[in-house]
This record gives sequence, C-alpha cells and structure tokens, in this order.
Amino acid sequence: MNETRPKLAVWKFASCDGCQLSLLDLEDELLALADAVDIAYFREATSRESNGPFDLSLVDGSIARPEDIDQIREVRRRSRHVVALGACATAGGIQALRNFASVEKYKSLVYAKPEYIHALAESKGIAEFIRVDFELRGCPPNKHQLLEVVSAFLAGRRPNVAAHSVCVDCKLSGNVCVMVTGTPCLGPITHAGCGALCPTYRRGCYGCYGPAEAPNTQSMARAFQHAGVPDVDLVRVLRTFNANAPAFRKESERHE
Amino acid sequence: MQGTKRQPDHILNVEGLAQLLRALRADAYRLVGPTVRDGAIVHAEIRGIDDLPAGWTETQEAGTYRLVPRGDGALFGFSTAAQSYKQVFFVPRLRLLKLRRKDSSFTVEHDAPVTSRLALIGARSCDLHAIEVQDRTLLTGPFADPDYAARRSDLFIVAVQCGQSGGTCFCASMGTGPRSTAGFDLALTELFEPHRFLVQVGTEAGERVLARLPRALATESERVAAEGVVEQTAQSMGRRMDTTGIKELLYRNLEHPRWDDVAERCLGCTNCTLACPTCFCSTVEDTGDLTGESAERWRRWDSCFTLDHSYLHGGSVRTSTRSRYRQWMTHKLASWIDQFGTSGCVGCGRCITWCPVGIDITEEVAAIRRADGACSGEGGAP
Repeated sequence: MNETRPKLAVWKFASCDGCQLSLLDLEDELLALADAVDIAYFREATSRESNGPFDLSLVDGSIARPEDIDQIREVRRRSRHVVALGACATAGGIQALRNFASVEKYKSLVYAKPEYIHALAESKGIAEFIRVDFELRGCPPNKHQLLEVVSAFLAGRRPNVAAHSVCVDCKLSGNVCVMVTGTPCLGPITHAGCGALCPTYRRGCYGCYGPAEAPNTQSMARAFQHAGVPDVDLVRVLRTFNANAPAFRKESERHE
Repeated sequence: MQGTKRQPDHILNVEGLAQLLRALRADAYRLVGPTVRDGAIVHAEIRGIDDLPAGWTETQEAGTYRLVPRGDGALFGFSTAAQSYKQVFFVPRLRLLKLRRKDSSFTVEHDAPVTSRLALIGARSCDLHAIEVQDRTLLTGPFADPDYAARRSDLFIVAVQCGQSGGTCFCASMGTGPRSTAGFDLALTELFEPHRFLVQVGTEAGERVLARLPRALATESERVAAEGVVEQTAQSMGRRMDTTGIKELLYRNLEHPRWDDVAERCLGCTNCTLACPTCFCSTVEDTGDLTGESAERWRRWDSCFTLDHSYLHGGSVRTSTRSRYRQWMTHKLASWIDQFGTSGCVGCGRCITWCPVGIDITEEVAAIRRADGACSGEGGAP
C-alpha cells in the first residue's frame, strides 16, 4: 500500500446517499480512483475507518439534527479540503421543505412517537456551518464533474465546473429550446452540470442543480405565469431539491 | 462559390431537386439542410429530399416558436431554421490538444482537421451573410482559426430565396436579404402549381452540377413569379430595425435607462448569443485525469452573458446583467462595425425567437432611439 497517496474521506449527513452512489457509479474510473487516493473513510463502500487527517473530504447530506453541527465541524478540523457534494450538502436538500413549515406542528402527525425526533427547525447546507472549499451541485451530481473535482483537488487546480445556466449545455448539444416551443423550463435560471438531461428528452428542467450564477428568478417566474402556470405550481416547481437555495427560496416565497 | 456571373435561369421539378441532392452526394458532399426534429425545423445532416420538412412551416414570435403544417407540400416553406450554420463551421466543442506524460517531459497530440466536402441545402440570405460576417473574425482576420478554415474549405451552396418571412425576421432593414444575390452556387425559388424550382446559377461549379440534371429554361413569366415571391417576403417582414447612425446612437446612450429596463427582464441565460449566427466567443478549458498522466485542452462556445466571460484576476468586470446586455448589444450593432467593418447583426431574428422571455433587439434599439440622450443617472455601473 502506497502510504503517500492522498487520503480521501466521504461523509454522510441527512441525505438519500445518492451522491455517494454517484461516486460508486464511476465504474470505469473507480479502480483508477482507488489507485490514486487512499479511501480512508467511506462507510457506503468500506468498513475501514481512519481518523484522519484527510486531504480531501467529500460531504454528502445536509445539517438537519443538532448533533450534525458538531460532526461537520469535526470533519472540517480533520480535513485539508472540504467539498460539499450535491443538493443536500449545498442547499439543504428536499428535506429543507421543513424550512417552510413547523417541525413541532407536523411531527406528531407523521410519527407515532414524536418524542424520538430530534430535528433542527431547518435543514441547511454545510457552508452555513463551516468553511467549504468547493460546492458541487446537483441531485445527484454528475459523476464526470465529481471526477473532475477530485482530480482538480489532487492536482491543486481549480475545477472546471461552470456556474452558467443549463441553456448553455442545451445550445452546445444543439437542442431545440423546450421553453420557446411551449414547455415551461427552469433551465435559464438553473446551474448547469447535468448536461441538459431533461431538455434533451424534451422535458422542462426541474432545477436539480439549483440556481445558476446571477439568476433572474423574477423574470423567469413571470414567463411561467405567462405560460399559464399558476402560483401554486410555481411555488412547487421552485421547492424541490434546492428549495432552500436563497434565490429559489426567495422567489417561491413571493408566490405563496 | 467565387465569381458570381449572370446565367439564364432554369427550372427543376421536384424529381430534379432529388437528383441534385443525389448528384452532390455522388460527388462526396455531406448534405446539411433543414429537417424536422423536436418540434422545430433544424439544420442537420440530411440524406436526401425525403428528409426536407415537406408540408411544414412555423410561426415565430418573441420567445415563441411553433411548428405548423401547411397544405401545399412546400419543401422550403418556412423562414429560418432553429440554428444557423455556426454549429457546422465554428463547432460548439473542439479538442485543441492532448498531452501525455512521457518520462520527465510530455508529448502533444493534435486531432487532424476535419476537411469533408459540405453542401448547404436551402441556405437563406441572412445565414449566408452570417457566414461572411464570421469569416471576418475567424478566417480573414488577423487570428484565423485553422479548424474553422478547414471545415469551411470545400463548400457547395444551394441557396433558397425566402418565400416566407418569419415573425421575428428583419433582414430587409439590415440589407442582408431576403434575396440572395451572391455567395451561392445555385439558388432556388420554390414555385407551385406545378411544384417546381426556379434555379439561378451563381458559379461555374453550380453550372456544372446543373448540367447533369433534367431541367428546362425558365420562362419570362416564371422569372417574374420568382421575383414576386421574394418581393412578397420583403414586404411582409415581421420586424424592422432602423440602423440610421446606430453606432453613434448606442455609443452616446451608454447610460440610457433602457439598459436597466432590459436587465430587469433578461435572464442572462446566454440563449441569444448562442443562437446568434455571428457570435464567436469561446472559452478554453483544460482538464487532467486522476493520475496526472494525461491532459486535454478543449475549446467550447462561451457567451458574454456569463460571469466567467469577463473574469479577470480578482473577479468579473461585468457583474450586472445591465452591463452584460449592454456589452452584447453595443458590440453586435456598434463596435462590431469598428472592429470588423460590418454590423454583427444579419436580421435573422433568432435572438428574438429563442429568448425565453422574448427580449426583442429591434424594440430595444427603438426604445433607446425614442428617448435618445436619456440618462439613468447611475453613472458607470459595472
């Protein structure tokens, strides 16, 4: 075993684990990854546990329970670089829908023993608690971008992960714009990364990658309204995996 | 397609057109022409006449495109395809080089340039003018692009005289159409009852191909009918832009309140620039693999609407949508003239149609002209 390889850790907080599966889904590159780094902590993949320190920590999941706060701070202390992985870690995830409701009010309706639930009032991304070196968006993140981020951190360079809209990827692919041909699409305000997956199959973008750089959500909302989307649906479309991302949150609250 | 000379016009029937496309393929040309895909008429590689959008047209308005059937079986009965030819010559993604580590140094590999014969079928005047505009940037200017030059080197152009203007077209006011007068090997005007094409010869290459096809000489009445088709199109343009003194108009209105107004609507999504047939901005991305053994450098389309586009040390120069929209429009319509001796706009209307919120460049210019000299009072906001 080469002791000089950089140590990689993969952490899980409140999430579906899908982002960790993106890593395992690398298939063709997984063996090369296992050669290039020492996978020192990754419960989804190995029972081996190292205490660190780690050269690179990938964090999946949001901060949703009181004990998560101490744990994420501990991850930061033991890690040279911390990358937030996916919509939960960057924006609080689908579970951030609780941020628009009262946990105290609904937990007795949902759980047989509500006293067992120790949830924070809001689910948040990790950058609200610790310094994060890079945020990789998506629900789940694109595996090629994930590999790019890991490669970039190993090489000490900036990852090639553009913050522009999904529209750029559509136009690069030669897609016919679904919005202009009649299907409401969040692509113009959504961060690229998926390769314009839904519009490529003639569906509107669902905003899985959260807000793009400088998103004009108000103009986008007007375009949806113009296309006949009622406010109730506009709120729903903005409140999925990135409901608590500030740009989406603010716009959805305008239409409540 | 050099040297346009006036030849007698000919008539091809529909079978003659099919034979033209077959003849070009026999001469090893790949055909790029209009075809229906994903609810629009797009430019794509076609095999022959059966791939053309027979009996289809479209309605285009600001932010809206709808494919619509038409009853006459027209093969070119639409205005502009969703994309121009930019994607064909100035490709969206291009690998510039591959590096491989070798001992203490590295090797560099380049992909061979693409040099296939290409026939553009049904090219419109606006799109032919757009090729000329891009040539000034990527071919004849001080920074010629070898990949663009290679892809552009062996062309056969079958133009189509527009028989229909789109709701967002304004080529007539930009002096770029709808009549193609040069820059083609052959130019077709689609005529009906019976369905046939008047063929104008633009070059000797065009003449030689035409000589292999069953054809007739056009009659005077057919020539008049063909003229009438283009004249009717010119009269029914959906938009117009007043270009009188437009460079000076925009230069003296850099603080106009209209820039704030458009920024309030603009999504900054980049669609206008990427749909534009003349926008030529690109960025270069380097990637390396996990092991550090190999690396690649890629060029891809970029847009002045992204923050990265103006990123210099420490941050972006144009941080507001106002400044990014202003940069795009003043470059397109004003500083392009200083830079390349021509407007960057050919009036194809794609930036209007394909803007998800329907921002209309002709209306933005008109609004500035209506209140020439107005000032937002915000000073030089970035």
